[in-house]
Amino acid sequence: MSEKEQESGKAGRRGFIGASIAGLATLALAPGVRLIEIGNARPADEAASSTHRWGMLIDTNKCAKGCNACATACNLENGLVQTGRPRTDAQWIRKVELRDKRTGATQQMPLMCQHCEHPPCVDVCPTGASFKRADGIVLVDRHICIGCRYCMMACPYKARSFVHEPLTEQKPDVPRGKGCVESCTLCVHRVDRGETPACVEACAAEGHKALLFGDLKDANSEIAKRLKTEASTELRANLQLNTGVRYQGI
Amino acid sequence: MQVEVFHRLEERFFYGLALAGGLIVGLGLLAAHYMETHGHIVTGMDNQVVWGTPHIFAIFLIVAASGVLNVASIGSVFGKTVYKTRAPLSGLLSIAMLAGGLMVLMLDLGRPDRLIVAMTYYNFKSIFTWNVFLYTGLFAVVAVYLWTLMERRMNRYSKVAGFTAFVWRLVLTTGTGSIFGFLVARQAYASAVLAPMFIVMSFGWGLAVFCIVQSAMFSWNKMELHPDILKRMKNLLGIFIAGTAYFVAVYHLTNLYFAKQIDFTRFILVDGGIYPLLFWVGYVLIGTAIPLFLIYHPKLGKSCPAVIWASVLVLFGAFALLYVLIIGGQAFPLDIFPGKEVSSSFLDGQVAPYAPSAPEILLGLGGIGVAFLITTIGVRVLHFLPQDDFVQLQGAGNITD
Repeated sequence: MSEKEQESGKAGRRGFIGASIAGLATLALAPGVRLIEIGNARPADEAASSTHRWGMLIDTNKCAKGCNACATACNLENGLVQTGRPRTDAQWIRKVELRDKRTGATQQMPLMCQHCEHPPCVDVCPTGASFKRADGIVLVDRHICIGCRYCMMACPYKARSFVHEPLTEQKPDVPRGKGCVESCTLCVHRVDRGETPACVEACAAEGHKALLFGDLKDANSEIAKRLKTEASTELRANLQLNTGVRYQGI
Repeated sequence: MQVEVFHRLEERFFYGLALAGGLIVGLGLLAAHYMETHGHIVTGMDNQVVWGTPHIFAIFLIVAASGVLNVASIGSVFGKTVYKTRAPLSGLLSIAMLAGGLMVLMLDLGRPDRLIVAMTYYNFKSIFTWNVFLYTGLFAVVAVYLWTLMERRMNRYSKVAGFTAFVWRLVLTTGTGSIFGFLVARQAYASAVLAPMFIVMSFGWGLAVFCIVQSAMFSWNKMELHPDILKRMKNLLGIFIAGTAYFVAVYHLTNLYFAKQIDFTRFILVDGGIYPLLFWVGYVLIGTAIPLFLIYHPKLGKSCPAVIWASVLVLFGAFALLYVLIIGGQAFPLDIFPGKEVSSSFLDGQVAPYAPSAPEILLGLGGIGVAFLITTIGVRVLHFLPQDDFVQLQGAGNITD
């Protein structure tokens, strides 16, 4: 074996040992990282707490034209099948294109349930099926929704969908039912596991990062810090509903 | 012999009417079953127009059910003898129409099988919850009222019962108007004027229904309504028609005054296609102007058929007005982004293209069928034909000869 070959063999061994150590380190650390994640999650038997208020900050300047990743991810996550009948299909989040009537300036943004502090849908629901969790997430209890659709009349954001047709291939985490009303749950099943909503994850994966999810009540959270230092607004702010979803750039 | 022939004919006629009513109810129930098994996809409703034709029928029936009781109230609460003899029929019609309206409302739910949930889970911040109590309560209040009228020993309580029914139905119609009045989200609603508007509408529609049913019963029994009584009732109907027109005018004028409402008002009154047509031709011309002409015309106003025609047209106008208010109010897009043109896959910024479907219409007609059937059977079993005591009326100065 020549000297050159010997050197090359040493380098290979060093590379192998280095890669192995890195791999072992990852294996050793990953569960720890996962544990931290799980540590942030709420145990299944613990009620949602008012010490949190989950919300979202949407920067419309970062929302890319033609990108529909948030809506696609929402449909996939929640098992919402688009049948090509947009009038009756459930859409929990949709991309809205805006054009200023005077200046002609255009912009786009995602629109979904705004998770109001004072939700009109909850006020009008006769059975209490529309409700707000202690952590601010507005949901529909599918067991007591009678399908009267009064909440859809009351919602200022057209955020709710009525299930017009029989459903198939539902997701175990997201129970749905024909004849009931539904809307964005802020991916409550993911949030309760300590994860972020599917739309936020998808937007980040596309590299836009237009959607920021977090705890509005946690002063150290990024969302709280940004809301404190940057200008933002609520949609239909004059209704004073104190929405959990805020917008920038409109 | 002649009497026997009449009875045989009358009996056949009754069973014919009951069968016709039953058929309409049956078709309505079939339509509801079809909607429940296939989902609301088979209706014209969508995620923007969430309340369709069944709501028009249901709200008409419930509002008219409250208003028809006015006839009884004028008798019992305000002591008018002419109306006292009409109180039982008024109560029966009220129960019949309320039952029809509630049936439609219930069967149009996404989950009509969960009626028990609606009866056991309450959110008292919701006007719907209050209406559950107000509507079912009206059945009880009117039933007790009818009892005090029909049972001689209970007659002395009829004034108290009548007064309770009077107040109850005012609150009830306020509740029905408030279903829309409390909606802050949509331009068409969120107005305090809707509650009193619904009350005056109920007076007019209820009296129109009463006049039609009364004249049908009189002609069936080959009786004629005394001209002075006709005059009293048609004049009252005229006042109610004008009263409704006043509130409708105030409602639109208010909207015209607010810059933010102008687009919506233009849509409803000028360029919204079917809605301005139904408003101006259906409600203003056919449902208001022509009935007022028929009622107050010096010659025509004295004829019974003209008053009946006026009543029928008022009911046509009622449906036109409710269509504009309920469907038109939803079809116009929400103003989420003032000053911007909006578009999306969810049809934001677009007028919703609602068209009534056959199952919806059949369900609505089924509600009318229920009201018709209850009235037909009730009238026959309970002998609620208003019989005027002309001597007493003359003494009270209600009629001249």
